[in-house]
Amino acid sequence: MSPRPGFVLEVDRSTPSTLFWHGEGYRLERLPVGSRVLYAPEPVDALRDPVNAIRHALDTPLGDVAPLRALLHPGMALTIAFDDVSLPLPPMRSPDVRQLVIEQVLEAAAEAGVDDVVLIAALALHRRMTDSELRHALGDRIFDAFAPHGLLWQHDAEDPDQLVHLGLTDEGEDVEINKRAATSDLLVYVNINLVAMDGGHKSVATGLASYRSLRHHHNAHTMTQSRSFMDQHRSELHSSNWRMGRLIAASGIKVFQIETNLNTDTFPEQFRFLQRREWEWTARDRAGFLASSKALEATPDRLARAIFHSIRAPHKMTSVQAGEVEAVHERTTENVYAQQLLEVDGQTDVLTMGLPYICPYNVNSIMNPILVACLGLGYFFNMYRGRPLVRAGGVVIMSHPTPWAFHPGHHPSYIDFFEQVLAETTDPAEIGKYEESFATDPWYVHLYRTGNAYHGVHPFYMWYWCAHALEHVGAVIIVGGDRAAVRRLGFKPASSMADALEMASDVVGPDPSITHLHSPPLLMADVR
Amino acid sequence: MKGLVFERNVARFAASRLASTFGGSGRGAGVGPLHLADVEPPELPGPQWHRVRPLLAGICGSDLSTIDGRSSRYFEDVVSFPFVPGHEVVGTLDDTDSRVVIEPVLGCVARGITPLCAACAEGKTGGCQRVAFGHLSPGLQIGFCSDTGGGWSTGGLVAHDAQLHRVPDSLSDDDAVMVEPTACAVHAAVAAGVDEGHSVAVLGAGTLGLCTVAALTHLGAPGTLLVGAKYAHQARLADELGADVVVEPEQLLRSVRRRSRSLEASGTLTGGADVVIDCVGSGDSLAQCLAMVRPRGRVVLVGMPGRVSVDLASLWHREVAVTGAYAYGTEDVGGLLRRTFDIAMEVVASKGLGRLVSARYPIDRFEEALAHAGAAGSRGAVKVVFDLRARERHRGTDPSTKGPLS
Repeated sequence: MSPRPGFVLEVDRSTPSTLFWHGEGYRLERLPVGSRVLYAPEPVDALRDPVNAIRHALDTPLGDVAPLRALLHPGMALTIAFDDVSLPLPPMRSPDVRQLVIEQVLEAAAEAGVDDVVLIAALALHRRMTDSELRHALGDRIFDAFAPHGLLWQHDAEDPDQLVHLGLTDEGEDVEINKRAATSDLLVYVNINLVAMDGGHKSVATGLASYRSLRHHHNAHTMTQSRSFMDQHRSELHSSNWRMGRLIAASGIKVFQIETNLNTDTFPEQFRFLQRREWEWTARDRAGFLASSKALEATPDRLARAIFHSIRAPHKMTSVQAGEVEAVHERTTENVYAQQLLEVDGQTDVLTMGLPYICPYNVNSIMNPILVACLGLGYFFNMYRGRPLVRAGGVVIMSHPTPWAFHPGHHPSYIDFFEQVLAETTDPAEIGKYEESFATDPWYVHLYRTGNAYHGVHPFYMWYWCAHALEHVGAVIIVGGDRAAVRRLGFKPASSMADALEMASDVVGPDPSITHLHSPPLLMADVR
Repeated sequence: MKGLVFERNVARFAASRLASTFGGSGRGAGVGPLHLADVEPPELPGPQWHRVRPLLAGICGSDLSTIDGRSSRYFEDVVSFPFVPGHEVVGTLDDTDSRVVIEPVLGCVARGITPLCAACAEGKTGGCQRVAFGHLSPGLQIGFCSDTGGGWSTGGLVAHDAQLHRVPDSLSDDDAVMVEPTACAVHAAVAAGVDEGHSVAVLGAGTLGLCTVAALTHLGAPGTLLVGAKYAHQARLADELGADVVVEPEQLLRSVRRRSRSLEASGTLTGGADVVIDCVGSGDSLAQCLAMVRPRGRVVLVGMPGRVSVDLASLWHREVAVTGAYAYGTEDVGGLLRRTFDIAMEVVASKGLGRLVSARYPIDRFEEALAHAGAAGSRGAVKVVFDLRARERHRGTDPSTKGPLS
């Protein structure tokens, strides 16, 4: 039986309460009659034999490129770059898809007699992964074979000796990427596509780039011109990455791209109710919801965080394609859309969303207020094709505790950004004047290079990610958040969903249309 | 004549310490050695002495720590009991309408000591080496000496010619009562030795912190002036008085770090601010200051510290200079020697520091007043004063806007 497509429910009097994520917990909210609830399509069927599918993809590449085995030969330098800890979400059960793919690439390399192989985690300006995170992504066999010999690298965007400037695009954008990757005879990039933004030329042009290069597309202007950044053909973020990717190719760097699609099977059995439609909850689902809700109420925040971050998603690979970057990515994007797209008729006055405990930048960490904003206004708001789900001047209501809390080791510059920059302005166009001082701050650079800290400039990027939404909507309300933190973000705090809807009507008028994005599991609205 | 009298009474001293421990600062007044009594005006100690009838008398942090039984035992020999507290005073002179503020330090001149000690000879009376000697009972200031009386009394006090500063009509009573704490701040600002382009961090934004901000910006704004303010009204005032950056105290180190582009090791900045001014006076605040000052920088203690426990390893390793800044006298400002109080008058006038007076109490409501002063920050106040004026005489202030008297 094929998986059911997504569904748009119109709330009536018999509709049960709707589940909203609320950080490390969830709430049931009763939405007004006439509200719409958007449910994600059910998970696409997994590949029955993923290893064979990978081999097949490597042997039958897409685009004008030879099979992987034909590109491998003794004496060559091979670099395998892979997506970092920000993907997938939540982290998937072992074996991770990166492990499955890289094992096949390494097997082919070994058969071809390639012995100069380096693995690079494509961090861009993300934090360095811990050994246990690397081990989880790559599996014991690969980790033990490479890490002890110094052959498992993490991209260092601040090491001038490990960067090479390839030139300028025709738009004057610097292209500066990892030197080992650029000077290898072959660069294999192993990607995980969870959302349509990922992959394509963005893999190398962003994942292996320096601040000098990234600043050209990670800025407020680019993000307001990306409508949305989940729709490659209407995204300036992608246009810039594509210009850079083509310059990389023109520089003679051979990139063999391997992209994988995962289904939206997001939560393990004990949390299965989180991805079921409420009216279909079984007695077991209801019991699971009640038991976990009650338990979480009595659980200290720190422990609740540890419990949720220990979740390993049962994601399964639904397809894998390899070869030339653009040809591969075209197929990948089709697959993402096939899994996630939901046709929605018209925009809404008020868009509600429950924000979960995790986003790409707080794996095994704290979802600080800046990340709350980024997840809601950056990621969820942009999960559209055509038009935003919420109309111009409409209201976004997000449910999240939004604690004034930061992980000092992972997000040191976020603390200063929150305390110092957002205290002065929340305008994405205005904050740029502080960007360089954060980007070049020697303490942040030190922590990024030697610890597990996001780069100093990263909170700016998170705020730029919100730029399109902030320009588009009339107000943002956070339900159940720390009031001081919410106000620092420039948003309005509300103690309940009813209060939030009342406040929203002050902006959009009485009896507004309301749409709830029931996510995760991820869905992308195709707004007609 | 009513006045508040502080007596030597060990049992009550212990009780006040207990009360303030559990009830908060200022709560020692109800059970401690301070009590309201009928007091006679003090005798004039000599020919150059005058009677001053207080109009307003401020409540200072040092008063509170005395009343709460928390002041250092260091002061035991430089005060004499019983004494009437109150050293921040604007009053009228010799039963005239002429207003004066008191420079309360009892130096050699007031004590009739000749020759003058080295400090007094230079006009630096705050550093007087004879505060426990001479024809007066011990007492480092009016308000701590049994012979002079103090500001917290309707009966008044006595002061030497050398301690009197005429108040111009342009200053209100509220302005004038702020002159003494502002003089402390001016002295601290000069002691800080701020050079052009220096970054200065001020920790604490109570009366002393805000006056220090005002003094620093009046004397010539530092390159960057950062202030750690705990409460919203303090932050607003610090901003109005000229601070470049105002953050919460626990954010001050991070703010200094980012602006100095320092690295950090063991919780201490490798660089940091050129000068850090501690207007809190606790072990924690001193530790914070040491963590955010640059190597070979300077920490100035303005808030009155007592016995504290601080790790001085970083002070030693980074060759940090820690200096106290007590009282006033004569300052060398740009090569010119000027009385601190004269500069303080200018600062008060130019910055409108009378606005820092948040509440005025009659003397018989002293317990409320001291509790208010002890919790000034959390109650949205800065300076709490005793109002000893006849009701009809409130020069330049609008009693309807402030305090329990209104």
